[in-house]
Order: sequence, then structure tokens, then C-alpha cells
Amino acid sequence: MSTVTTLGAPGTVDAPFAEALAVLGVTRPDTVVLAADLSRYTDVADFAQRYPHRFVQVGMAEQNLMGVGAGLAKAGWVPIITTYGVFATRRAYEQVALALSTGRRPVVIAAFLPGITTPFRATHQAIDDIALMRNIPGMTVVDPMDAIELRAAVLAAVDLGGPVYVRGLRGTVPAQLDADTYRYEVGATHLLRDGADVGIVATGLGTTWALQAAERLESRAVRTAVLHVPTIKPFPTAAVLAFASRFPAIASVENHSATGGLGSAIAEALSTAGSGRPLLRLGTGQEWPPAGSLEHIRRSVGLDAAGIADRVAELLRQVTR
Amino acid sequence: MNARPDASTIEDLAYRIRELVLAMCVGRGQGYAGQGLALADLMAELFGRAMRRGEDGGYRDRFVLSTGHSAIALFATLGALGWYDQKELETYGMDGSRIEESPLEGVPGFEITGGALGQGLSQALGIALGERMAGRDTTVYCLLSDGELQEGQVWEAAMAAGHHRAANLVAIVDDNRMQADGATAEVMAVEPIDAKFAAFGFEVVRVDGNDPAAVAEAVPPGGRSAAAPLAIVLRTEPGHGVPSFETGHRVHYIRAERALWERAAAELAATRNP
Repeated sequence: MSTVTTLGAPGTVDAPFAEALAVLGVTRPDTVVLAADLSRYTDVADFAQRYPHRFVQVGMAEQNLMGVGAGLAKAGWVPIITTYGVFATRRAYEQVALALSTGRRPVVIAAFLPGITTPFRATHQAIDDIALMRNIPGMTVVDPMDAIELRAAVLAAVDLGGPVYVRGLRGTVPAQLDADTYRYEVGATHLLRDGADVGIVATGLGTTWALQAAERLESRAVRTAVLHVPTIKPFPTAAVLAFASRFPAIASVENHSATGGLGSAIAEALSTAGSGRPLLRLGTGQEWPPAGSLEHIRRSVGLDAAGIADRVAELLRQVTR
Repeated sequence: MNARPDASTIEDLAYRIRELVLAMCVGRGQGYAGQGLALADLMAELFGRAMRRGEDGGYRDRFVLSTGHSAIALFATLGALGWYDQKELETYGMDGSRIEESPLEGVPGFEITGGALGQGLSQALGIALGERMAGRDTTVYCLLSDGELQEGQVWEAAMAAGHHRAANLVAIVDDNRMQADGATAEVMAVEPIDAKFAAFGFEVVRVDGNDPAAVAEAVPPGGRSAAAPLAIVLRTEPGHGVPSFETGHRVHYIRAERALWERAAAELAATRNP
């Protein structure tokens, strides 16, 4: 069910993934970290240096990366497999599905450069990874909204008893959740902001974007609630349906294609429940997003605060006309 | 420890594996019998002699079947060793049976999900590295096939095995020279297999996979001491042990009437008691 979660003072955390690995280095001697020539770009280098005997480099070869990870799991280790989301999913999908997911062993795939968070276009922007991972039986799929949630999700993932796909955020990462009180739990959703007029369901960085849009809507007298859903699979259906039932229409915001990810999961839940509630799915569309800064790309695909706010306001106009 | 089994014990085991392979195909009149028969000598050597057992009787060395379609050989081997009874093995490929033609991991004896070809060597390498990192003396034997070498992932794994000097990894290539679309050499040439593995840092031997003495010499017992992984290129004859299959059914998959399976069993028996 949904909990009301209070945001802490906004800040940043340097290399939250490295922090999580540092903790696991001490608390979980059964963990090993794998890299495919991106350890310096996924905040893994510190772990590799401190625990060289628990670090496996496979070079630029993601299919083998997944297979070696599966083998390590079968030798009793808990592998934490690091690479970019595009390579973890498109390049090595069959290996993730068969080698990592036909057994039930704990394994964590930490997949960086989610969505449009990279200036390189289709080669590096993982805009379809959630859609792919969501279709693998037994896979848990997590899209953390900030550094605090990423750290907590990685620490929790090693204990989930099966494969977990976590979207990673590297370098200096915004922090909004309260580090002292936040706990990651599969199935939990977080009401980050309440409002009576319209509801936005969001995940990952999309949650921050939704909160920004909600501010703008508030100034236009549209009271907007934001429900953060960090776990796309298993999908917290009951909590999302309960949230949706409070509004004449809802929107979804995600750093991912509007097809196959959070928005689709909500649509499936609404239609299965027989709800006719209108849903506006906001994400990337059926064109490859452009190159450039995150701000530029967000504006281009309509995921900047103004773009989201305008479309949500229009949605509300349509349903209340 | 028991004394090392002698050659006749291994040959008895190989014969029993072949009997079970044929018995498994009778029910539906079809199966990967060619591969099962061809691999019997290797499997007998591996499970009867090379792989070490722990005090509980279970194997401490590990076997990874990458070529999932050759599951029949592993099922028959484990059947000959008492892991499965013949009645159950005879349900091979039938609805609801766990004796699947290409099973997922988790069925006793099957460490990985093979059959989506090309995935096994990576996992065998991962197990080998993981065992070494844990300080355990474990040898990992991985069976793949010549056609499978066309999958790029095999060479990603080979490169990494050589780089990491995974001396506790033994890759065995079932060089049967056939694949789904025809002869391997015509579909997509994979030779020279030995030179390719050598270039990736493996020690390599080539051997006649249906000469039990040669197989015994080529397959190292668990705990091999070496500086590099080993690749064994095992030239096998599909259908070996059943003369009419050797000559008439050099195909990827055999479908036949019950009478033909019964004749095959008689031919196999005749090789035993000429």
C-alpha cells in the first residue's frame, strides 16, 4: 500500500552506487562485482580496487558478462553485474532471460544511463529497458528516483532471492528522499505530494520531473498529487488503482518510452480492473530522442516541467469539460 | 576412495547409456538419438571416471551441458548411474514429463539452461572462476558442439577463459560435423577449431570421440594442474554403436517407426555379443 513519504532537504550524493558497494563489501562477503569495460563509468572502480579478488572484468562482451555472472551465482556468489542499460538489455537479453532468470538465484543487474540521461542518442539512451525486463518471469525491476533510493534498492536487492534489474545513477546524483528514514521495499509506493484535482504516477527521474510539473500546476490552481512507484515489477497494482480512483484522470511520467514501461503497467492495471479512468502516458515517443544536455532532451520530448504541466492541464480540461 | 574404474567398467557404462538412449526414443518414435549414441563414450568417461565424487557420493567436479539438444546423453548417463529410473526416462519428450528434449536448469544433473546455443561456456567459466575464488578445487567440464561455435558468445567466453587462465575449465567440443541446416562445413565452416581455441589461450587436443581408449587419454581427471584452460575437440560419429544409424541416419534428429528402434536395439546388442 501507499505510504506518505516526506522528502528531505534537496541535496546531492557523490557516487551512491559506490557507497552501496562499499557497504556490501563489508556486510556481504558473498558478493562479487562484474564489469564489462565500464567500471570507471559506473562507480565500480573503488570496489574493484579494494576487493580485487571479488571483482571480475570481462571486457566489452555483455553476453559473456551475463553468462559469467550466472556461473558465479551457481558457484554460490551473489553477482552484481554492471554495465549500461542498453547493453544489459538489448545486447544481452537472451542471456539475462535464460542464464540469469530460469533459476531462482539472487543476482543484481545495475544498469546505468537510464532513459535520456546521456547525450548520446539511440546507442546509449536506454528508453526500452524496463519494457524488456518487465517481460522476464521472476525479474524484479526497480527505477530509483534519487541517490537515496538507489543506494537502498541495491542493498535490498541482494536479499530478494532472484534476479533484480536496478537502473543505476552515477556520479553526483540528486538526493531528495530522507536518508535517515527511507527504506526500500518491493511493493511500496510513496505519496510524495497530495492534491485533489489530478494525480501523477511516476518512477525514476520521472518522479522529480513530475514534482517539478506539480509545482507549476499548483501556481495555475491545479492541485496535483504525485505517487512515486519505484518498483515496476512486481507492479503495486492495488496501490496504484486506489490512487487513480481519487481523480477524474491520471497521468504517468517516466524516463523511458511511454510504451511498455510504467505507463503501460498502469494501463494494464486500469483495464484489468475495468476502470475507464483516462490515463495520459508521458515518456519518450516513437522517435529516437535527440542528442544534447538533459534539459534540451527533456524539452524536445516534452518531459520538461512546462511540457508535463501543460499536457496534464490539458488532460484535466478535457475530462472536466 | 575406490580404485579408479577400469576400461571395461567404462565400456559397460557406455553400452548402458546407448541402451537407454534407444529406449528413450521408442515411446514417441523420435529424439536426438544420433547425439546420444555418439556421446556415450565421452559421458561414460566423464561420469564414470574423470569427475571426482565427494564423500557423500555426489560429484564435486561439475558438468555443464551447453548443447541442450544433447540432453538425451546426460539423462541416459544419469539413468545408468541410478539418478533416474528407466520408466521415467522412457517418457522422454512426452507431455508433462520432466525428461524434456532440451530442459531448463534445475532438473537433476542440469546445471544450466542449455539449448539456446552458445550460452554454456560463459556459465561454465563463471562457475570455474567462482569455485577458484572460493578456494575450492573444482574442475568444470563444458560440453558444446561444433555448430554452436558459430555463436559469437562462445568466443567472448573463450577470450575471457584464456585471459583469466581458467585452468579448471575443460571445454569439450562435440565435433559431429552436422547442424540443423546440413553439414557444418557447408552451412558455416568452423575449422580449424583447434587453432581457434589455441589462439584464445587454450591448450588443445583432438581426439576420436568414439575410441574409448583415446577418450580416456584426452579427458583429464578432475583437479588437472595446468596454467591454461583445455579444449578437447572430440570427433564423434552420430549414431555410433548402431550400424544402420551410422550409415543411414546422419541427421540432426531421428524419427522412425517402432520396428526400426527395435532393430537398432538389436544391432546395438549385436555389437556387444557378436
